[in-house]
Amino acid sequence: MVNILIIIAISITLLSIAVSMLRFILGPSPVDRVIAFDVMSVSSIALIAFISVVSKRVIYMDVALVYGILGFLGVIVVARYLEKGM
Amino acid sequence: MFVVIAIIIGVASLIGGYIAIHHEDLSVAIIASGLVSLFASILFLLLAAPDVAMTEAAIGSGLTTLIFFYVLNKIRQRND
Amino acid sequence: MDTNILEIIGGSIAIAGSIFLLLGSIGLYRMPDAYNRIQAGTKASTLGTILSLLGLFFIFPSWFGKFMVLILFVLITNPVSSHVLARAAYHIMVPLTKLTQVDKWKERREIDESRKAHLRKVKIQKEGE
Repeated sequence: MVNILIIIAISITLLSIAVSMLRFILGPSPVDRVIAFDVMSVSSIALIAFISVVSKRVIYMDVALVYGILGFLGVIVVARYLEKGM
Repeated sequence: MFVVIAIIIGVASLIGGYIAIHHEDLSVAIIASGLVSLFASILFLLLAAPDVAMTEAAIGSGLTTLIFFYVLNKIRQRND
Repeated sequence: MDTNILEIIGGSIAIAGSIFLLLGSIGLYRMPDAYNRIQAGTKASTLGTILSLLGLFFIFPSWFGKFMVLILFVLITNPVSSHVLARAAYHIMVPLTKLTQVDKWKERREIDESRKAHLRKVKIQKEGE
């Protein structure tokens, strides 16, 4: 029963990643692409958590933690570059 | 179940690789290559290799993006 | 029986969180402007991720530490990144949409300019005296 609920949640999250990929393709300025990248990385954190619950392994949550740190770092670096240079 | 996730993530990764090669703005190309690396990390996770996924996310997304933007900034300062 | 009900509640909260993620992506697609996209995407995705992790916590209560660290991390870093990105976008002059009514930063800058000019005039007058 609970697996069915988690599978529904996984499919909705995949749909959200696909819609933000559309904005990544269309976006006119680099800022739009960076914000699409940020939304995709945050959605991927939820996706990794769902996968780790479905396969019942706690070690997969560490990957989500590294993911969060690295996505944040990437957005900060790009914003610093766009504003004035590192 | 995991096959469907792998197909959708793989198609998104393919689109990101196409943008990384064929876009004329260099910063957009670097962001797209970081995106490909993040999606490859999910694919490694689906193959039950969390250590490889962690290394791929750290090196491919963090360090490569940082070094590429550092070099791009150096080039921009020299051209000014 | 008891754990079963908890699992169903947790799964429902996780589905609500993923619906918030989907709403954030739709807002990211439909908004007319870079700043509106930043607003819609970042806030909705923060709430969606927190709700998803909270729902999964009802299913596996023994993984309390990792879920809590992840929720705190997302709650701290996501608004910071959106703020920095909006600031950079204003600096490189990404165009505002036509429907914009108020641009506080521009008004503030004009007020500052006029105040500086006034102070300069007063200083010149004092030096003349």
